[in-house]
Amino acid sequence: MGWTIFYLCLIILIPLSMILVKSASLGWLGFWRAVTAPRALAAYRISLEASFVAALINAVFGLIVAWVLVRYRFPGRRIFDGLVDLPFALPTAVAGIVLTTMYSEHGWIGSRLAALGIKVAYTPLGIVVALTFIGLPFVVRTVQPVLQVIDVEVEEAARSLGAGLWQTFRRVLLPELLPAWLTGITMAFARGLGEYGSVVFIAGNMPMRTEITPLLIMIKLDQFDYAGASAIALAFLLISFVLLLVINGMQRRLGALPALR
Amino acid sequence: MSIEIRNVSKTFGQFQALKEISLVVPAGELVALLGPSGSGKTTLLRIIAGLEFPDAGSVIFDGEEGTRRDARDRGVGFVFQHYSLFRHMTVFDNVAFGLTVKPRRTRPPRELIAKKVHELLQLIQLEGLANRYPSQLSGGQRQRVALARALAVEPKVLLLDEPFGALDAKVRQELRSWLRRLHDEIHVTSVFVTHDQEEALEVADRIVVMNEGRIVQEGPPEQVYHEPANAFVYHFLGSLNLFHARIEDGQAIIGDPAPVSSAAPNGNTPMAYVRPHLMDIERFPASQNHFPGRIVRINAAGSLVKVELVTVRGQTVQVEISHERYRELQLTKDEMVFVNPREMKVF
Amino acid sequence: MAGTASIPLRNVPGASVGVRSDPRSVRWPLIVICVAFLALFLLLPLMAVFANALSGGVAAYFRALTDPEALSAIRLTLLTAGIAVPANLIFGVAAAWAIARFDFTGKRLLITLIDVPFSISPVISGMVFVLIFGAQGLFGKWLMAHNLRIVFAVPGLILATIFVTFPYIARELIPALQAIGSEEEEAALALGASGWKMLWRITLPNIKWSILYGVILCNARAMGEFGAVSVVSGHIRGLTNTMPLYIEILYNDYQLPAAFAVASLLTLLAVVTLVAKSIVEWKFEEDTVGAIAGSERDHEH
Repeated sequence: MGWTIFYLCLIILIPLSMILVKSASLGWLGFWRAVTAPRALAAYRISLEASFVAALINAVFGLIVAWVLVRYRFPGRRIFDGLVDLPFALPTAVAGIVLTTMYSEHGWIGSRLAALGIKVAYTPLGIVVALTFIGLPFVVRTVQPVLQVIDVEVEEAARSLGAGLWQTFRRVLLPELLPAWLTGITMAFARGLGEYGSVVFIAGNMPMRTEITPLLIMIKLDQFDYAGASAIALAFLLISFVLLLVINGMQRRLGALPALR
Repeated sequence: MSIEIRNVSKTFGQFQALKEISLVVPAGELVALLGPSGSGKTTLLRIIAGLEFPDAGSVIFDGEEGTRRDARDRGVGFVFQHYSLFRHMTVFDNVAFGLTVKPRRTRPPRELIAKKVHELLQLIQLEGLANRYPSQLSGGQRQRVALARALAVEPKVLLLDEPFGALDAKVRQELRSWLRRLHDEIHVTSVFVTHDQEEALEVADRIVVMNEGRIVQEGPPEQVYHEPANAFVYHFLGSLNLFHARIEDGQAIIGDPAPVSSAAPNGNTPMAYVRPHLMDIERFPASQNHFPGRIVRINAAGSLVKVELVTVRGQTVQVEISHERYRELQLTKDEMVFVNPREMKVF
Repeated sequence: MAGTASIPLRNVPGASVGVRSDPRSVRWPLIVICVAFLALFLLLPLMAVFANALSGGVAAYFRALTDPEALSAIRLTLLTAGIAVPANLIFGVAAAWAIARFDFTGKRLLITLIDVPFSISPVISGMVFVLIFGAQGLFGKWLMAHNLRIVFAVPGLILATIFVTFPYIARELIPALQAIGSEEEEAALALGASGWKMLWRITLPNIKWSILYGVILCNARAMGEFGAVSVVSGHIRGLTNTMPLYIEILYNDYQLPAAFAVASLLTLLAVVTLVAKSIVEWKFEEDTVGAIAGSERDHEH
């Protein structure tokens, strides 16, 4: 038991405190300057916006996918169901290069979109695509189990009382799904914030335009600006932490609806 | 609204749940579908509701064909065994649900809905609980809410699937008589499914006995109980003793002759069926019809005294006599007495 | 957040209800949307990896894989996973057992800490390692004095990978241990079994599917880790490149078919991971649902 705690402290606590220590070496002013530099602010914004949009896309489509996989039967369903976990299993670098190749101007999809005047690779849109891929399993896998155990008879009751499918969904099923759905969306969002491998290839990494925060940290490290990297990492961790806390709070208020035995 | 089932069959995979069922439920009647598990009674109920569709045959409501109509369009109220209340809604919202999902044209205004809901809550005697959630109610209360919810849309047919199966014995009793009284007041055509013969006998206007996907007998409770069509119905509707019988001159003989009150057997070894409370115990052979037995057990707890005897052939026989008779006879264990079957059915 | 992961059950009764009750006009459009979305985001990339890998011809494909630098990268990836997974298995079991079976001060903190590698960016994880073990880091001077290199060398890679993949096993095991309860273990102890025997013969067999599941996930992540090792490795070609890092180098050198060739190996690993996962889920369900069905009455009809 003592060994376990020792191991964990070693592996987790100490590293985290290092960030604090290193950032502190800048002093308050230096810290503030590093953290609020225009390039850093842009990086936060890009990471937050792209993760948010990707999470929304996954919110809508993830719900549909979970719904279809649980409630309907069609050929190949089982294969698609297993495939949903691909973003978990596939190395992020592989995802990065394949998505870039597909959506670049000569790629399978990029070429067709280019004809419509839409550029994906090397734009913020590309970041959203990559983060959608990464976050896909989160919403689907958190909603699926809840959908599976929804009482069939409750739906039949609603039907026998004259409710149409949309009414049944909105008033009877959705309240049950909401907590899990929100959890999945939050997880997808959080994952998107920290994602590196699948984004750095497709983003084009132009400072102020498509440079995500993890990449900025990486660049600072390459320049041996450890203090600056730590400062930005710390600021970003704080922002993410606060955001997640807020979302968690909202979830809890929604979850505090009575009768959720 | 009357319901007619014509030659309905339904198969699930390999299992044939219903085999050409035909049945008529006149408007305003309270009918029980009674049978063991697997008899098809719930399937039939769900087909009437529109939650399942038959493979063959038709369902006709008030003379109108309605076999393929979806459950939402049938105007049926369905009460499930496990209540299936909407967990996230208050009692009020549950009961009001059917009214609030009506299309805008036919939807009553809010005040009217509220009035109706409160009337129904009064009817089910749960007025003060309008703002509670299902998880805060007892089983019996939940089932009453489920009933009110089904009644709110003024269904033309009320369907109940083992409505009291999940409740305690005492609550079951209370709700049984309450359902009967409710039906007497409202007169909605009602069909309920049960495997409890006592419940069917007590509540229904008519009993439909089902077994293995077929209707075995139907009729008013007294008829089904006293004039069972075959061994299965007899068996299902109450406890019994079983004897091998010989038929001589239109009389069944088990040990000693006894009166036969049903048709002669169909060529198989005749079996005589006698209910425990239709047999008398005597100290001396009082009539022609008797056989001796030794008392092995007496259970005087209950409305009748249950006496268990063993015959000379080693067969165990259950007899039920009234407490007065028991005191009269002053029976004790290991005594030899005579058993006199008053009424038998032979199949 | 920790303690909520567990092996999902897929074939729960009551599913597929929509086939009976949802109207066709709703069902089919939804199915089309679902399939289109999944095909676009999952199926196409999968196919694209192999299409691009073979785009230079089969001979070039195998040449790329047998290149000495490629082989070195493959070796390093296997070594890293080969150390990280068993290490995390041992300490994952220990941590999960401590959390599931005991109450102690700091338990909540421990649970939150287990989730940390999960929730912070891998780049930040890599960065803290550089901060600790790098030349300017906490142990930097000490390490240099003893001529030990961690950062920009293989040990750093392995340590970073251990850190990043630690939660995968622990998070699977905590709910599994909680679910089976401690009665059997207590019975074994009462019958005189030693702590080790109990663990080996009672506890572990009971959670074998969860262990397997965690190992599969942990391994997939360990072999595919990119962000953290990117920071820690220094990209010294041929020495500290794992496969993902090597892919990046090839890609940035515009050697696309070669990059995809190596990527295809990792993709095959991903597919094998998915299949193995499904099998474990299926086996777990068989065991679990079978046990439940055996002790429950059937619903009457």
